Amino acid sequence: MTASTTSSPAPAAAAGPRAPTRRNAELALLLFAMGVVTVYAAAVEYGVNHHLGRFWLLPLLLTLVFLAMHLAVRFLAPYADPAIVPAVALLNGLGVVFLRRIDLDPKMPDLDYHPNLVDFGGIAFKQLIWTVAAVIVATVALVVVRDHRTLSRYAYTLGFTGLVLMMIPAILPASLSEVNGAKLWIRFGGFFQIQPGEFAKILVLSFFAYYLVRKREVLSLASRRVLGVDFPRGRDLGPVLMVWGVSLLVLVFEKDLGTSLLYFGMFVVTLYIATERVSWLIIGLLLFFGGAFAAYLLGAAVGGPFANFYGRVGVWLHPFDDPNRSGYQLVQSLLGLGTGGLFGSGPGAGFPDQVPAVYNDFIFAGLGEEIGLFGLTALLMVYLVIAERGLRAAIAVRDSFGKLMAGGLAFTLALQVFVIVGGVTKLIPLTGQTTPFLSAGGSSLMANWLLIALLLRVSDASRRPAGGVTASGAAPVKLAGLATEVMR
Amino acid sequence: MNAPLRRVGVVVLVLFGLLFVNLNWVQGYLASSYRNNEHNGRVQLTEYQRQRGTIAVVNGRDQVPVAKSVETSDQLKYLRQYPVDPNAYASIVGYKPVNGVATGIERAEDDFLSGTSDALFSERLRAMFTGQKTTGGNVLLTIDQKVQEIAYNDLLHNGTDAKNGAVVALDPATGAILAMATTPSYDPNQIVSHNTTAAQKAFDALNKDKAKPLLNRATQDAYPPGSTMKVIISATALTEGDYTPQTPIPAGPSYTPIAGGGFSIHNAHPSICPDPQITLIEALTQSCNTGFAQLGVKLGADKVKAMAQAFGFEDAGLTLAGDGDRKMGVVPSHTGSMTGQNGQDDPNAVAQSSIGQLNVQVTPMQGALIAATVANGGRQMRPYLVDKLQAPDLTTTDQTQPKVLRTPISGTVAGGLQQMMESVVDHGTGTKAKIPGYQVGGKTGTAQNSEDDGDHGWFIGFVMKDGQPICAVAVFLQNAGSGGSSKATQIAHDVMQAAIQERGQK
Repeated sequence: MTASTTSSPAPAAAAGPRAPTRRNAELALLLFAMGVVTVYAAAVEYGVNHHLGRFWLLPLLLTLVFLAMHLAVRFLAPYADPAIVPAVALLNGLGVVFLRRIDLDPKMPDLDYHPNLVDFGGIAFKQLIWTVAAVIVATVALVVVRDHRTLSRYAYTLGFTGLVLMMIPAILPASLSEVNGAKLWIRFGGFFQIQPGEFAKILVLSFFAYYLVRKREVLSLASRRVLGVDFPRGRDLGPVLMVWGVSLLVLVFEKDLGTSLLYFGMFVVTLYIATERVSWLIIGLLLFFGGAFAAYLLGAAVGGPFANFYGRVGVWLHPFDDPNRSGYQLVQSLLGLGTGGLFGSGPGAGFPDQVPAVYNDFIFAGLGEEIGLFGLTALLMVYLVIAERGLRAAIAVRDSFGKLMAGGLAFTLALQVFVIVGGVTKLIPLTGQTTPFLSAGGSSLMANWLLIALLLRVSDASRRPAGGVTASGAAPVKLAGLATEVMR
Repeated sequence: MNAPLRRVGVVVLVLFGLLFVNLNWVQGYLASSYRNNEHNGRVQLTEYQRQRGTIAVVNGRDQVPVAKSVETSDQLKYLRQYPVDPNAYASIVGYKPVNGVATGIERAEDDFLSGTSDALFSERLRAMFTGQKTTGGNVLLTIDQKVQEIAYNDLLHNGTDAKNGAVVALDPATGAILAMATTPSYDPNQIVSHNTTAAQKAFDALNKDKAKPLLNRATQDAYPPGSTMKVIISATALTEGDYTPQTPIPAGPSYTPIAGGGFSIHNAHPSICPDPQITLIEALTQSCNTGFAQLGVKLGADKVKAMAQAFGFEDAGLTLAGDGDRKMGVVPSHTGSMTGQNGQDDPNAVAQSSIGQLNVQVTPMQGALIAATVANGGRQMRPYLVDKLQAPDLTTTDQTQPKVLRTPISGTVAGGLQQMMESVVDHGTGTKAKIPGYQVGGKTGTAQNSEDDGDHGWFIGFVMKDGQPICAVAVFLQNAGSGGSSKATQIAHDVMQAAIQERGQK
């Protein structure tokens, strides 16, 4: 490792001619975030149990885990954006503490155990273990991928793996892949299940980025001008139509609008970034909404594989028509959010037990009842910070592949938040998505930390002083067919 | 590629903007409608997190809780229980079900019992700092355990055909209600079960029951009062000034209001007032129908109605506890129309109304108020059920102050009526109410209704000592048949006796 990559303290770096690494700012932000988590943990413990107990234990362990992440970034991606890790750690920490709050609540009906006052147990502890695993995954990713451009070498392999992962639940029998009506899982027996789609989106995105960088010249060729908008040539529509078809297949076979919306949105946006053509956005949106509307009509007319989607749209439009069965979850989510109102009922004072799946898909509703509109707004702002910082990295990085990948990753994260939060708040039809970093579940947590690791990698590259040596010490990799022009 | 990336940044902002707007809609604009939505169990669950206060009755110097909340292991932390003789208190205390509306005191004093009342604010503030759990406030009723249980048990085993009945006993000097019983009653414990399906089933069964156990007959239904109405006619006559208890009035074996009209009024027995004249006091003592019918016709419907209204008839606003839409009210008593088609008094109607028949309808509560007013020298006190509201630490936050509701008659008239009503108990139809050493006054009533059912039995009366009223009482036995008023008098005697004993202990 060369001197420029060792983590010199920020003040010294700031004094020198090189750009500051801002790692100490990250540390300060991280400690502040952990302070917030600690206060929340104390409030939760008191709210549920009326005494503080060992509320500090989880926040302390979380702080240690995230400090380890901070150190990893300090050494492996020293120039990365200092706001990203603290923001993610804040969300992750609040999620774990909220799960602890659910563990403590004796009212929770559908959990097998109530590790009342047991420190090392329950879904919160499980989530803490997953957090450790996720941070390790992120660190390993930073170690292995010393330069994000190396990913493009394996683009086809990654893309193929991603597609396979995405398809597996659709092909597997329902007994091995279906949870709560959505075929998104691979289940290993009754105790362990992973959601391959969570990882697949990152793999598929790397492929998108690689493919589009190669084809951007072709795709941006104007052909026909209709109503002042340039539309691409018919044969260039091929990849778009293919991804459109795949996402519709996902919608049909995995009974999940969210995932298909996610993939399709991801593709359309990277396509737009690559070609700079609004026409792709218009075509993409038309195709998606056309497809979704057709699926709704088909669901109404024939049912079959479309029935689930049709039912979800029905619940979305009229949740109070069947408030005790199909609409129950959404109704209780809305009633919980409404009961919380502006300020919330206070940590530990709500009734998350009223909302089914409050520890994963509906964690936003459970939190919202207790922290209120103001709390949720703050929470969404943290997501917004992550997404916009990711986009900033994309704008600042010099190579097209990095731009596409970082832009796509940041947008995907934002879109996923939109899809699930919009779902639980009845903005859009509900789909089975996890809330990034908050929901209980290892697949989602690890995949999203992996996503963050890649964003950090791109961000590190974007902020590294020009002409500096890369982290691996090697010269920038020249890729076959890759236009490596420096963008301003 | 940077221009589209910036636009994607704008798209992300728009998406989050949509989320923010929608959240404001859900958690701001729609918040209160969601909070109060019928499918929202949260507000109710919060309510059951806090121990609800007790409702207690008096027994000598002690308080006996007749409603309390006990801790359970359920999701709803506290179960409401009615531990002492629940059927006897159901009509007063009511119930507080998990789903559905509360009734009785549980409804009228809900804010205080649940601890959300403004009066308990300092209590809640203190609990916030001391970390103690707040509980609801306690309600102490004016009801006396012994008087209430005698009233209820006597009604239950009244020895007549009456399955339905009501007793009201109150302190004439304050209006404090000592007993308010109704039969048939029910056990409220089954309605407040945390098993809401069973609770709903129990409620539906009671609600559909033809015997109407949920109906409080003391306050929620009015019945023909029979001869107890003669007290109102007597009050009208004495107030006129031309009459004293000794004034002779026309009587006789029968009275035909409209000559040749084919309708005449007779006495209950040929031995009652067969002579053409009888003194007012003797007419009441013997319960002379022909005398009071003629007196009523002579006084005129307007004056009779005015006096009845002065006593509280037609008053739809009488409230025993609570206020607003949660009050425990009393349905109004009516004199009914006594006017013919020509707009003039119909003598037949006035004559019948004067002996408490035709369209006259009186609640047992109104009957007790009439007796109480007479005993209290003409001042009718506002009847009330809640004596004190106590904070969880048993400091009194509110003590009900007795209030004069209306003064329908002068002290002199009240004195005359006392004399007349005591004569009834002394040697008239109400001798069963006699209590040695006390002045007891009253009036029996037997009211005819349809041909098939037995007559209603009534007694309204009071007991006094040294000119000070102790207790006024009204007993009503629906369709008791013959001997109904005599049995009602007996029950009134027992209730007054109990009230005397309880008063002696204080």
